[in-house]
Amino acid sequence: MERLRTTSDFWGLQRRLLADRDPRKPVLVISAGTCGQASGAGELIRIAKREMLENEMGDRIRLRITGCHGFCEMEPSVLVLPDRVFYPRVKPADLPRILYASVLGEVAEEFLFVDPSTGRRLARQDDIPYFRKQRRTILERNEWVDPIRIVNYLEAGGYGTLCRVLEGGDPVRVIEEMKASGLRGRGGAGFPTGLKWEMLAKAKNGTGKYLVCNGDEGDPGAYMDRAVLEGNPHSILEGMLIGAFATGATDGVMYVRNEYPMAVKHLMIAIRQAREMGLLGEHVLGSMLSFDVRLVKGAGAFVCGEETALMRSVMGFVGEPRQRPPFPVEKGIEGKPTSINNVETWANVPVILEKGGREYARIGTEKSRGTKIFSLVGKIRNTGLVEVPMGITIDEVVNGIGGGALGKSRLKAVQTGGPSGGCIPAHRFDLPIDYDSLAEAGSIMGSGGMIAMDERTCMVDLARYFMSFLKDESCGKCFTCRKGTQRMFEILDDISKGVATLDQLDLLQDLAFVVKDTTMCGLGQTASNPVLSTLRYFRDEYVEHIVHKRCPAGVCKDLIAYSINEKCTGCMLCLKACPSGSITGDKKVRHVIDMATCIKCDACRSVCKLDAVEVR
Amino acid sequence: MVGVKINGLPFSFDEGTTLLDAAKFLGIPIPTLCSMEGVSPYGACRLCVVEIGEGPKARLVTSCTYPVQEGLKVRTASSRVMRARRMILELYLASCPQSKTVQDLAAAHNIKTQRFRQEHEDCIMCGLCVRICKEQMMSGAIGFRGRGEKRTIGTPFDVKSDVCRTCGACMYVCPACQLRCTFNDPSKAICGGCANLAPPCLAKSSFDDMMCSMDPCVACEIKKD
Repeated sequence: MERLRTTSDFWGLQRRLLADRDPRKPVLVISAGTCGQASGAGELIRIAKREMLENEMGDRIRLRITGCHGFCEMEPSVLVLPDRVFYPRVKPADLPRILYASVLGEVAEEFLFVDPSTGRRLARQDDIPYFRKQRRTILERNEWVDPIRIVNYLEAGGYGTLCRVLEGGDPVRVIEEMKASGLRGRGGAGFPTGLKWEMLAKAKNGTGKYLVCNGDEGDPGAYMDRAVLEGNPHSILEGMLIGAFATGATDGVMYVRNEYPMAVKHLMIAIRQAREMGLLGEHVLGSMLSFDVRLVKGAGAFVCGEETALMRSVMGFVGEPRQRPPFPVEKGIEGKPTSINNVETWANVPVILEKGGREYARIGTEKSRGTKIFSLVGKIRNTGLVEVPMGITIDEVVNGIGGGALGKSRLKAVQTGGPSGGCIPAHRFDLPIDYDSLAEAGSIMGSGGMIAMDERTCMVDLARYFMSFLKDESCGKCFTCRKGTQRMFEILDDISKGVATLDQLDLLQDLAFVVKDTTMCGLGQTASNPVLSTLRYFRDEYVEHIVHKRCPAGVCKDLIAYSINEKCTGCMLCLKACPSGSITGDKKVRHVIDMATCIKCDACRSVCKLDAVEVR
Repeated sequence: MVGVKINGLPFSFDEGTTLLDAAKFLGIPIPTLCSMEGVSPYGACRLCVVEIGEGPKARLVTSCTYPVQEGLKVRTASSRVMRARRMILELYLASCPQSKTVQDLAAAHNIKTQRFRQEHEDCIMCGLCVRICKEQMMSGAIGFRGRGEKRTIGTPFDVKSDVCRTCGACMYVCPACQLRCTFNDPSKAICGGCANLAPPCLAKSSFDDMMCSMDPCVACEIKKD
């Protein structure tokens, strides 16, 4: 790989790359992030390569293996450029047909996406409602680049923004652009990024400053950062390089959790390639900027996503937060000023500098600008990553893009922000998604997890689940977080078992307020949110559990009983599915469940096609 | 000098003074379990919270770690502080009811009962022992292991540490555990630190300075004889 010594070297290379590329030549894009590979993208890649080699199609079509595009429900998917034809859930046997059609510039009609509402087949990806309603500035880039080929990123215009920034030579202007963009930290707290950079640029504390990319994404059900880390690692590096130029930082740290092996691999490759090309290291592209990045792998603690704990982890200590002040920007890693930003924030930086801060600020609401990626999961039809402008309503996301609840049930609530966030009930789905509205509703933006819940979700059980997660993940340093989460879990457990009293409910609420008020770090301060928000919107469900010893959603095992009603035709399906042998009956005779031996695993209900198994 | 208002009254303090030290200097009582002169502030017990700021921006911070800032308004016993403090004490009482320190603090705040499931733990994880061992005794023999409810204090791999000189400082500072040596009759000593068969201070071979915190100590009694 040639080493770029000046910015004109860079532009020369980019010109050469673009000249070699035929924009009309079809490209078969296979999305093979972790999600794609789990649903069989590896097999598709193998077949595509074999077909192309056997039939010598190399000069008529290109193959590009990218990260996740976002529509996880439809993986493994194939996208054909330049016409942007989208094929969902491609079976290995169907791929050759798609490949030949694409070479000829045709569309393989039979494999296209079918719009569930109209029944029509849609060819172009952008016509599919799931994609049409989004505004994909970050995720779209995942389609353009093969994450392990820096050349691909350069062809897509990558590092061009960095190059222009370096040529501009004015760090103050970069910070001004960032401030004008109104970008707020995408990790959850929402601190203005431009302001943080300005503080770092002004910090005078010995030599050296650190920039950190926080890729310790630990929320259950959230994987936005993984998609960006896996799919477009160079965009994060470019963002960090621009950040380093603006703030005078000398060292960069990529903190990525070890549970993301593909992200770690792609980042290692990206860092090595950038170093070989002279985009990282001493005097980047011949400028005064010297900046290098090292990769630090997290050891599996949720709390290490908190910035002070992350810094201790980077330095090799146990991942425990410390009380602020001093803030990281005053005293961070090795005592040097440090700015810690989320993966998505860094990925936004090149976009902002490319378009200009003011242009970027036109998207979103007054206090929350730009787009945000959410991972839409739970009892919802279209699961996946969605990127939407700030200020869009929850309804548009879950019912519009998400396609509403699975099956016949209705959505009851949405949990935003993972275990640190809160739930928003269906009657408040008209709420715009921005930092302040969500906080006002008792939840948080968080890093972007969005878990949809239908009528079969028990809110007490939900709070209990999140609290059990938090009590295990609390580092235990500060007393109110350690004991507070344990005690809240204890009370929630009592409620779900039907042995709690109404006094305990009041105690739970008091305790939740105190934990929110008195803990050291973000983990503890937000740990009460699941409890407080479910209490605020679904107090009747708690009371139902306590007073009537009933679980309305039929989830809490100690309060429910299964029975088989007259709809049963005696098909024996449930009888065979029952792992404890508690169902008895003969063919065409209504079956009976013996509650004495039933383990309430719900297997019978999930296999019954006639709704004959009732839970009460 | 930095000017702050504490409970409505203006004072000025040296830069870097913590709110807890300032309050102590003024004679304003703030309860704490994990702070001690001579060891670094840690902010673990959360009892020393005070309210700073005004209006919607008011919040609780631990006074042992928060430095005085120009124009800062501090309330050491507002209703919000007292509510938090009482709940925290109730939590302590539910976990470590046998600690005299916790009992006294609870009594001082008129907490006579607690509403959680009663536990009987020995340690409140305030970290005083870990810090005094490292910072004052220059030893670093003990530390934290695990996280959350599995967090414990001990030596690496639970093997007697080579750097531990059984000085007893960890026991001396502990606000909760009952292991402090209070007997100079070896058969009644519970800790075993001083009553072991070869007190290191007597041999004086492996450590130059014991910096012993055992008081009264069996070993010293033996030495006198």
